[in-house]
Amino acid sequence: MTAQAIIQSLASGLLMGLLYGLIAVGLALIFGLMDVTNFAHGEFLMIAMYLSFFLFAFFAIDPLLSAPLVAAALFVFGAVIYLLIVRFAMRAKANAGMVQIFTTFGLAIVMRGLAQFFFTPDYRSIPQSWLGGKTISIAGIFLPEPQLVGALVSIAAFAGLYVFIHRTDFGRAIEATREDPGAVALVGIDKNRVFAFGWGLGAALVGLAGAIMASFFYIYPDVGASFALIAYVTVALGGFGSVFGAFAGGIIVGLVEATTALVLPPSLKSVGIYAVYLLVVFIRPRGLFGSI
Amino acid sequence: MDKDFAARRRRDLIIAAVLAAIAALTPLFVKDVVVQNILILTLMYAGLSQSWNILSGYCGQISLGHALYFGLGAYTTELLFTKFGVLPWFGMLAGGVVSALIAMGLGYPFFRLRGHYFVIATIVIAEIGLLLFHNWEWAGAAMGITIPIRGDSWLKFQFLRTKLPYFYFALALCCLAWFVTWWLENSKWGFWWRAVKDNPDAAESLGVDVFNSKMGAAAVSAFLVAVGGSFYAQFVSYIDPESVMGFQFSLLMALPAVLGGIGTLWGPVLGAAILIPLTELTRFKLGGSGRGVDLIVYGTLIVLISLALPRGLLSLFSRPKKTGAAR
Repeated sequence: MTAQAIIQSLASGLLMGLLYGLIAVGLALIFGLMDVTNFAHGEFLMIAMYLSFFLFAFFAIDPLLSAPLVAAALFVFGAVIYLLIVRFAMRAKANAGMVQIFTTFGLAIVMRGLAQFFFTPDYRSIPQSWLGGKTISIAGIFLPEPQLVGALVSIAAFAGLYVFIHRTDFGRAIEATREDPGAVALVGIDKNRVFAFGWGLGAALVGLAGAIMASFFYIYPDVGASFALIAYVTVALGGFGSVFGAFAGGIIVGLVEATTALVLPPSLKSVGIYAVYLLVVFIRPRGLFGSI
Repeated sequence: MDKDFAARRRRDLIIAAVLAAIAALTPLFVKDVVVQNILILTLMYAGLSQSWNILSGYCGQISLGHALYFGLGAYTTELLFTKFGVLPWFGMLAGGVVSALIAMGLGYPFFRLRGHYFVIATIVIAEIGLLLFHNWEWAGAAMGITIPIRGDSWLKFQFLRTKLPYFYFALALCCLAWFVTWWLENSKWGFWWRAVKDNPDAAESLGVDVFNSKMGAAAVSAFLVAVGGSFYAQFVSYIDPESVMGFQFSLLMALPAVLGGIGTLWGPVLGAAILIPLTELTRFKLGGSGRGVDLIVYGTLIVLISLALPRGLLSLFSRPKKTGAAR
């Protein structure tokens, strides 16, 4: 194994890791805001990928162009899901933890079923998108363009999210609500609006990730499941609720995956991720950057 | 021990005996193989969910990785049978012991995790098991294991011509899981588990051994689920990683309890009696699971039940004054 090959796979691991971070950050945001884990997060990703696919199939809009549209649609979807379902799940008096887990799990199952029903279980892909299948060579290292653009979008999204949370009123309201939901009610902030916005924002971020992934990954009803598990691991690794943790967790997951693929058969590459995740949470049960 | 509680326990035992007797007689009237198949699966999932309920319902440690123990039971039995000729009955016990030991081994690090961290860790560990079995050549890897058919025999617990023995075994498993739950409900463990579920810190300060309570619940739960896995392997006579360790089993063990009433004695049985026939019938009527209608039906059911009846369907039957503690 040459140094070249090692650098090559670490570079692709880094790109993929940044994308994992973008997939996971919505989950971390929602959890940080209201202590709810969205077990339908993977299905949000799936919906975004299908949306991107159909915009391409019917209107010939390239996934890269339609990404803002998909993100906007997912924003509405996330907010609606909060207002119609999650809001009520949070009111449960008995078995509160269980209710939250199984409401979102039930939602995931329904979404997967609906996707199978309407879109059939067939695998679909977007042929001849602007980026699909192209690679760029930098100093002898080949980088696939979709992943490279995905990584750049991810960095931009994280930067934007940072500015949004720290520099805008709504962002500060989110930050305040996550610190003390009781106190924000006293100063006249509508908790429900902040939560709905948080769900919208979280869904929009995973929508952005889905739109980019649509140009280089197969699209099928169960596609969310495998990425969702990686997203949970990413978030648990970084620390639930920590936006920066999701970013760092994503990079770690991407690099570990690439490294594992170098030493173990490709079918075992996820084992490396899971092993590192288990190791981290056993040493730090609340993840690397988790607080509370 | 107040009188009401003792009376309720006696009544539960009598109801269970009557239900078991009725169930035991159904094959006399139900000759249709498809229906018998559904009954067997219903009983099996009722037993599995009852076992899952011990750790996740009573003790409050929600596991979505019990497919691991189900698969370990199936694999231990069939590896011992096909490689060493050990009879499935011993394999079943071995599978249970292996699973209980692994559950306790995992408990050491896992039981420090709380809430969502615990749930996710259980999903991950089952996924690791699935990946390892996928790549384990000696255990058949992705090809799995076909159980050699040597004709009808109680000794080898395989039957081609009739499904009745499987039916009675599933019934026995369901009764066993129910009885173990019934028995533990009124033991020191049962009280400890409910204390751990309600408030681990308070329980600890009152002298409950929180860690060992969780370990005990995990071991019993994993043992019974593994026996269910062994049974399933003999029943379908072919196993591969996905078909015995896939995530859907973790879900199908949890959902009946959630539907019927998590952490209750009767919840899992009630939930399985509704959910499993419903799932199997939608799948059967609509031809294959390809169209996803079965998913839509039970996903919707789960959302509605979780939101409208967080204590499960069973809470519809309990009188208002008893709603104080979820049993």
